[in-house]
Amino acid sequence: MNGASGDPLRSTTIEEHSIMQFGIFSVSDVTTDPTTGHTPDDTERVRAMLTIAKHADEAGLDVFATGEHHNPPFVASSPTTMLGYLAGVTKDITLSTATTLITTNDPVRIAEEYAMLQVISNGRMDLMMGRGNTGPVYPWFGQDIRQGIPLAIENYALVRRLWTEDVVDWEGKFRTPLQGFTATPRPLDGVPPFVWHGSIRSPEIAEQAAYYGDGFLHNNIFWPMSHTKQMVAFYRQRFEHYGHGRADQAIVGLGGQVFMRKNSQDAITEFRPYFDNAPVYGHGPTMEDFTRDTPLTVGSPQEVIDRYGSFIDDVGYYQRQMFLMDHAGLPLKTVLEQIDILATEVVPELRKIADAKRPEDVPANPPTHAERVAAAQAKGEAGATHVGDGGDEFTGKRAEEAL
Amino acid sequence: MTGIVPTEDRPRRTIAVVHAGLGQPSSTRLLADRLADATARELKALGHDVTVEVVELRDHGHAIIDAMLTGFPTGDLAADIETITQADGIIAVSPLFTTTYSGLFKSFVDILDKDALTGMPVLLGATGGTPRHTLALEYSMRPLFTYLRADVVTTSVFAATDDWAQAGDRTRRDDGASSLPERIERAGRSLAATMAARGEHTKRDDPFASTPSFLDLLGGD
Repeated sequence: MNGASGDPLRSTTIEEHSIMQFGIFSVSDVTTDPTTGHTPDDTERVRAMLTIAKHADEAGLDVFATGEHHNPPFVASSPTTMLGYLAGVTKDITLSTATTLITTNDPVRIAEEYAMLQVISNGRMDLMMGRGNTGPVYPWFGQDIRQGIPLAIENYALVRRLWTEDVVDWEGKFRTPLQGFTATPRPLDGVPPFVWHGSIRSPEIAEQAAYYGDGFLHNNIFWPMSHTKQMVAFYRQRFEHYGHGRADQAIVGLGGQVFMRKNSQDAITEFRPYFDNAPVYGHGPTMEDFTRDTPLTVGSPQEVIDRYGSFIDDVGYYQRQMFLMDHAGLPLKTVLEQIDILATEVVPELRKIADAKRPEDVPANPPTHAERVAAAQAKGEAGATHVGDGGDEFTGKRAEEAL
Repeated sequence: MTGIVPTEDRPRRTIAVVHAGLGQPSSTRLLADRLADATARELKALGHDVTVEVVELRDHGHAIIDAMLTGFPTGDLAADIETITQADGIIAVSPLFTTTYSGLFKSFVDILDKDALTGMPVLLGATGGTPRHTLALEYSMRPLFTYLRADVVTTSVFAATDDWAQAGDRTRRDDGASSLPERIERAGRSLAATMAARGEHTKRDDPFASTPSFLDLLGGD
């Protein structure tokens, strides 16, 4: 479809038969295993994440996404370093984020780092913008959580310009102005990465995603479906309003959380100590209440299939389902087993269900790089893949002379 | 809930009664009911049909803590929060524990959206062992609702054990203070007047309906 050159690294194809994507995401928490008392150190945890991502790729899952945090007990402070490595050691899996902090990162660095990741991964990536909900983190990066939404809006508008315009003059409220700035590398094939926007309860972010025709991911793992439905419906309606297509054609993702064993009761018994001591919901609702009220499903693979296969009925056909698997102190071995169960017993069935429930003219999957390139080329919108003639317009020096 | 069949020209007002009484029977519930009766009577006299919805926080004890830990209320608690925040007026009554409203009562208020009670007519009541705690209504409970920008009526009602022992009519107490029934009547009239004057109040903003368009968010760029 594109990647016209003979370079095999640059050849990309559109899958013959696409369908909803299923993947895993990590929040990178370092949590003591309540059954053994073992707490991994930061190095062990980071390497476990790498193993998990590679395993997910080998098992045939579609997406691996890492969170971004700048405070313990989380270790994922540098998503593009991790994803850049994973791009080299995985084959098929799409690498993504959950989330990229659009508020506290410099938007120039986001544009640069993710364009670099896009080039390195040959377009096998996308990213999800999120604001971050931990107040104390903002001032560490010179920001203020009370400005979360204005930051998300201004910063993302700049990221887009840096990706789509070769030379940018810019002035905003939150960052030093830019004069004649060019972000490099230019996006792969002149087409920026696909972007999701994640928000749990801010309609402004759904509005932002709709305005740009970007994806909207509702990470509903701690929320009842009644709430998720409202947020997704709002995004869909605004997507249509801004002329990107019909409401049901908008690009939607959901979060999820499961623990599975062949026998339902074994799953419940094994997971309960992790649930009861988990940092977020531990010592609160019972596991029974929480599984009733949120997407958390603890049981047999068939129970997971039944539950997750029904979400399309709640929010309409959607394009990406993510699962949180490596949290609450679960040992690496267990997480890898969960990935195997997910990939071999659950996802094949969910793909069939999704396929059967998808209206014909609704996108099957979030747009891949190849699809975006094809669409941009059809519209004549692909940008430059290099800016300038190799010289530096300010110093008049070529790169090699500057050494 | 007690309902009265609505008629066309008698606009309906819904009173939500929320109380943190623990006993069965509970003097807090008793006070809440009397305040509701007095308010309903006055609203009817002002030409309104009235619905009274009672929420017992005791029923939601575990759910309130769960909501605090998880960030969202579920099930019956979510439905009752909806009832309260969509009402035309609220009667909030707590027992006083160690100088102030009970922890259960405060925990419930803490899980409400901070804008949920803005402009809401509220009548406060409290129960306690001795009249020495009467001012807890004024130094702790009223500021709580003022912070939430509720429209708290001037009269609040404290009922001490002693008050229940007085004559059930509206005669003056032995010490010359106004009797509990008198205070209840005055408070009910006050809340009813505020609720009636509020008219067909705008229900709490639908967060989706009030989301600014993206062009406004962009600041006209």
